[in-house]
Amino acid sequence: MSHGFGAALKIDDGKPRLPGSLHLNRRLSQWLHFRADGVVEVKPGKVELGQGILTALAQIAADELDVALERIRIVTVTTPESPDEAVTSGSLSTQDSGSAIRHASADARRIFLSVAAQSSGVAYEAITVADGDFIGPDGKIGSYWQWADAGLLEVEAAPDAQPKPADQRRLVGISAPRRDLPGKVLGSPAYVHDLRLPGMLHARIIRPSARGAKLSAIKDVALPGDARLIRDGDFLAVLASTEWDAEAAATRVAQQASWQEESTLPEQARLEDWLRDAALRGERKITEKQEAETPPAAHRLERSFHRPFLAHASIGPSCAVARWQGDAVEVFSHTQGPYNLRADIAKTLRCPAEKVVVRHMEGAGCYGHNGADDVALEAVLIARAAGEKPVRLLWSRADELGWSPFSPAMLVDIAAEAAADGTLLSWHAEIISNGHSGRPGRSPIPTLLAASQLADGFPVQASINPPLAAGGGAERNGIPGYRIPKLEVATTRLLDMPIRTSALRGLGATLNVWAVESVLDEMAALVGEDPLQYRLRHLDDARGRAVLEKVAEMANWSGRQQGDGFGLGIGYARYKNTGAYAAVIAEVEARERVFCRRLWIAGDCGEVVNPDGTMNQLEGGAIHGASIALVEEVRFDDKRITSDSWESFPILRFSEVPKVEQALIHRPEAPFLGAGEASLAPTIAAIAGGIHAALGVRPRQMPFTPENIAKAAQG
Amino acid sequence: MIGFSLNGADVALDLPSHATLLQALRGPCGLSGPRFGCGAEQCGSCMVLLDGKPAYACSLGLDAVAGRHIVTVEGLGSAAAPHPLQAAFMAEQAGQCGYCLSGMLISAAALLAANPAPDEAAIRTALEPHLCRCGSHNRIIRAIQRAAREMAA
Repeated sequence: MSHGFGAALKIDDGKPRLPGSLHLNRRLSQWLHFRADGVVEVKPGKVELGQGILTALAQIAADELDVALERIRIVTVTTPESPDEAVTSGSLSTQDSGSAIRHASADARRIFLSVAAQSSGVAYEAITVADGDFIGPDGKIGSYWQWADAGLLEVEAAPDAQPKPADQRRLVGISAPRRDLPGKVLGSPAYVHDLRLPGMLHARIIRPSARGAKLSAIKDVALPGDARLIRDGDFLAVLASTEWDAEAAATRVAQQASWQEESTLPEQARLEDWLRDAALRGERKITEKQEAETPPAAHRLERSFHRPFLAHASIGPSCAVARWQGDAVEVFSHTQGPYNLRADIAKTLRCPAEKVVVRHMEGAGCYGHNGADDVALEAVLIARAAGEKPVRLLWSRADELGWSPFSPAMLVDIAAEAAADGTLLSWHAEIISNGHSGRPGRSPIPTLLAASQLADGFPVQASINPPLAAGGGAERNGIPGYRIPKLEVATTRLLDMPIRTSALRGLGATLNVWAVESVLDEMAALVGEDPLQYRLRHLDDARGRAVLEKVAEMANWSGRQQGDGFGLGIGYARYKNTGAYAAVIAEVEARERVFCRRLWIAGDCGEVVNPDGTMNQLEGGAIHGASIALVEEVRFDDKRITSDSWESFPILRFSEVPKVEQALIHRPEAPFLGAGEASLAPTIAAIAGGIHAALGVRPRQMPFTPENIAKAAQG
Repeated sequence: MIGFSLNGADVALDLPSHATLLQALRGPCGLSGPRFGCGAEQCGSCMVLLDGKPAYACSLGLDAVAGRHIVTVEGLGSAAAPHPLQAAFMAEQAGQCGYCLSGMLISAAALLAANPAPDEAAIRTALEPHLCRCGSHNRIIRAIQRAAREMAA
């Protein structure tokens, strides 16, 4: 049974523990297949999202098997053949999939070498592997390819297989070039958007005029070409042989449809009040509580921090291709969780999951639960009207920015106390937010957008938070990583959900890290201490201290100059409190608005498979963080999302993107910790600190626009 | 019937007037490089060269390109003979998801044709119409600088 939160959750099923996702997908042949022609097929259950994971997984397999990297062919995920690794999320792919593939490869190598030893009489210990050939004292005695068809991998992985020690790895820890990049640079077909199947039709969606609006009437309207209308309840689409006719038809239908609208959205200008009010009806849980006798406090700070709804804002709108055959359907999708998607499509269709096949293909970059799953269900629904012809559905930009799940607006209230010398004594945080996961596959009721719009549809449920063992959702990084004797952190999950919410890179950490770091900065200032030194003396984790010291050295923190509209700020977190460490320093320039000009990042991601890929992820996460900090905000009126274009939902452009310097602290003996999300939240915290250094104002509300900074200045 | 030159070859298409150049390129012309991002000239994913100048294919009607020269990313180079920019993007690993890269390469090619040694500010200005959500901007800038050096050598 897929839990969907990665291998971070320990499964107590009584079976011997196997690393990562191997535990739940135990047969070696689920992961590896040797071909007689000298190719190794590696079959991860994680998917490429633009993060370079498939290159890293190929490196791990090639290294452990002792074959050239070029021999590895990655088989992209298809249900039901691929291992079920739930969702590619949470910066867990190297932990979940990399650990599994490493162990499976080590075990496969041992099995094949045992066969070679037996058949040749050469002692097992005397055999070496050279690009897949098994070499004894007198030359070649076999190969993976020779026994490719012997069924040797039709066994469960042995718990005692021993991967190579760190100092013997050759293809791990090197910056192998991305396998997918050449095709993308040459303009080759690379994404599900580029899939062309014979007889394929094109579809577009006509969205309700407001959130939750009901279709009251649709006039008969002449549609271009062979375009036709498809309707099921409030789900409305058009289908045509060409993209241009589908698009023109959608525009005409949108003009002719009338909807019964209601005001369902909170007042944007009073979002903070809405969060507090909804929290009264929410579900409050203690996230962490630590009792201690503390001396009387000399300093006390009470501060609130607030964040708007955020959009994923993928560069390519979501897309899927679906095709029915009899009572079964296959769908090509850029989902993060093929099995989870399959489950929710089947629930919506009220059919067994086996009737649905999900084939992963890449989409544009994905930073969490965006429209990828929704568009897949919609393509399946529309394709019911196309016989056995494939249907390609492409979302519009307005669909993507207006109808994808959003990362929820949040509020955190912190009360912190310190002794006269600034030593932190107590911490109380109240986190208020909608749930950060509305992903498919985790509930008896499907969570996909169209499931609630069908005539025979399903109710919308309030999104949940992943368990704390998987990093939590709203509460992610809400527990400070610093030494504080007395602590209480509580999280209230809102049960009102006027705007559908789900996971976006960092989840609650995007607010929590900034809130924690801002209070530390302010407490340090109260006692006249340097923010870096103040952090270091409250931080027991040597690896955390190491990234802070490293980044301070890179940015010449102790020699920094600021004022006159310039300032440096610092931010630190260990992602999820269990993942990668990142410390960031931001240089901020305050003019008519705030710019982030430079970033310095020091990261510790444990063992690093591909340093260049890891640095690409850390830099990308930091730039994403800078964009969130400075400009991003989902906007809405009482009925609809209004920030549904790049003009109304801007992200940083080239002229605004900071320069970045990075250092990675390598820990080849340490476990993988992931890289995709670690730098994002510390960057937001560092920019906030830089704003204070430049302007003397501590922001209280994201994004750090002139209006929001002015509000903070007025108190 | 509308005729134009596409990556050096003559093309003639008979499409309704509401078809865009991008739909024609991705449809009957069978190309994948020009990509749909917004349909509103706001992201640059669809950028092509129109008589050597960057143009948004998502909003161009076919009649606007009659008799003119279109170059897409496929026309810049090939796997066997990549354009120096394509080689430089690979060398710098300048991309993550890669969806924006076709358009970036087109604007970069136009920039280098007009200004063989652009400074960083000129590169940022030339790429301002292009959005990248993965945060590969600095690598893209380095790749364009590398290509400029290679082309000058």
